Amino acid sequence: MKSYGVWAGKKIIRMMLLLLGVSLAAFWLVSVSPIDPLQANVGQVALGSMSQEQIARLEEYWGVDQPPLERYLAWAGDFFRGDMGDSLLYRQPVSHVIGVKLVNSLWLMAIAWLLSGLVGFVLGIGAGWNQGRLPDKLIRGYSLVMASTPAFWLALVLLIVFAVWLKWLPIGLSVPIGVEASGVTVLDRVRHAILPALTLSITGVSNIALHTREKVIEVMESDYVLFARARGEGVWSLLKNHVLRNIALPALTLQFGSISEIFGGSVLVEQIFSYPGLGQAAVTAGLGSDVPLLLGITVISAAIVFGGNLTANLLYGVVDPRIRKGEIRQ
Amino acid sequence: MRERKAWLNGRQRTLVLFLSALIFLGAITLWGQLFAEQAQVTDFSRKDLAPCARYPFGTDWMGRDMFLRTLTGLSMSIRIGLLAAGVSALAAAVLGTAAALGRTMDSAVTWLIDLVMGIPHILLLILISYACGKGFRGVVAGVALTHWTSLARVMRGEVLQLREAPYIKAAKKLGVGEFTLVCRHMLPHLFPQFLVGLILMFPHAILHEASITFLGFGLPPEQPAIGVILSESMKYLVMGKWWLAVFPGLLLVATVMLFDVAGESLRKLLDPGSAHM
Repeated sequence: MKSYGVWAGKKIIRMMLLLLGVSLAAFWLVSVSPIDPLQANVGQVALGSMSQEQIARLEEYWGVDQPPLERYLAWAGDFFRGDMGDSLLYRQPVSHVIGVKLVNSLWLMAIAWLLSGLVGFVLGIGAGWNQGRLPDKLIRGYSLVMASTPAFWLALVLLIVFAVWLKWLPIGLSVPIGVEASGVTVLDRVRHAILPALTLSITGVSNIALHTREKVIEVMESDYVLFARARGEGVWSLLKNHVLRNIALPALTLQFGSISEIFGGSVLVEQIFSYPGLGQAAVTAGLGSDVPLLLGITVISAAIVFGGNLTANLLYGVVDPRIRKGEIRQ
Repeated sequence: MRERKAWLNGRQRTLVLFLSALIFLGAITLWGQLFAEQAQVTDFSRKDLAPCARYPFGTDWMGRDMFLRTLTGLSMSIRIGLLAAGVSALAAAVLGTAAALGRTMDSAVTWLIDLVMGIPHILLLILISYACGKGFRGVVAGVALTHWTSLARVMRGEVLQLREAPYIKAAKKLGVGEFTLVCRHMLPHLFPQFLVGLILMFPHAILHEASITFLGFGLPPEQPAIGVILSESMKYLVMGKWWLAVFPGLLLVATVMLFDVAGESLRKLLDPGSAHM
């Protein structure tokens, strides 16, 4: 038990170091950019009409005159205390912007994450169990096509069918236009989240289904399943006692590893449905040179991804008694 | 099993599949480049046409032939994919092999892989595009520099496994030199995996190139890139011009799937385990 604690501690320290690395890398990328934050945000014309002192003061404010390392240390120090700086486009603290957007996105991502995980898992088992037969061919065909389909194009097609032709669902945004915040009902929110969540789920299923299928086939071809069959175990007992137990660990890794993909998909999907979430904010920040916001979103999303991986790692111990006792290392 | 006499055996069929996928992709690339000029031609006498025999993908609000625009866009996507796959495969091979050399190198490389994989891919592309000052260069650099992680992981695993393989150990004990060992015994085993990984990198590279240009990073609006075409079409969807989005997207999906087919059939052809299929 003690070794499990040490092992978990190591994982957590590793995650912290990775997060530090991400912040460094992101900061380095942003600081080598030839895009001048002064020109991008103050404007060429305004800069031309300013005196040298004003420009010098602005440079000091933006930190252009300091070497990148000092700027990084100052930024990281503030970040650690919870101050991520101010967003230049939203004119609000970055933490506030991210907080609001994250809540919007979490809805969407959580639904898509759970839905794609569950459906993918079930489809994967169905395909692997019936390897080579019709259900397997259908599921595999679907997954292969979906793996090649860009999420944003699927979103456009769904938009054409459900919003433009059938007019069942709204075209975009997370709430109706022209309605006060207090007048927005839960139903409105759900109606506006259906298409984006559906797009993310449809594309997310394929990867999980294909990988689960591989694992199930591996298990089904094993000697212990052959022996269990020879003993006359039924479908349900075979599934419960042999298949599910042996694919639990890879399934966990897959499910928690898919967070990064769901996030990436949400960036595109939110852009299409003009859904005001974190992904859309990232695009806006990138296009509008809003460096503090871009950095904040990068670090937060990396933290979510690493957190997912860490959770999967820690759950191994819960699922697998061998790991809990420290007998084998993952 | 019922015996069926086929005019080609499994391997030959796979080879035909592989070659036709390659020929088709080559044709798209060449065709798109040849018609790059014509794809830019605007003609307001034929604007907003729905798909017909003469314009299979219809025309847009400036009377541009959508079929030619899509071909040109895809041709560029494939060329960017080629570059990205080349750079990424090289990086993956070097890092993956380096990881197998020693423990310190190994933990450094795995750390780097985890780091790159920790940032959501699209976000990393946005960051790199920003670092390059946006524009065409940013897209190419972003797509080229971010696709090596999974192949590097595979290569690392393979090399680690290979070092423990009995035939390698035996060769070492027989006094085979390090260089000969790598060239004669390890490379022939690694190369097929590397080649397949390289081809299977294309679909990702192409999809990411399309995504990042779709979001508005990189290519100027008059460029017929597939992402630009699709993001422009969004403005006209509500007016019922569905063909602007549907057909270019379908061709994109087809292209990506063809690369998948090519990679998978190459894997089958190179894998001795499927020699008798």
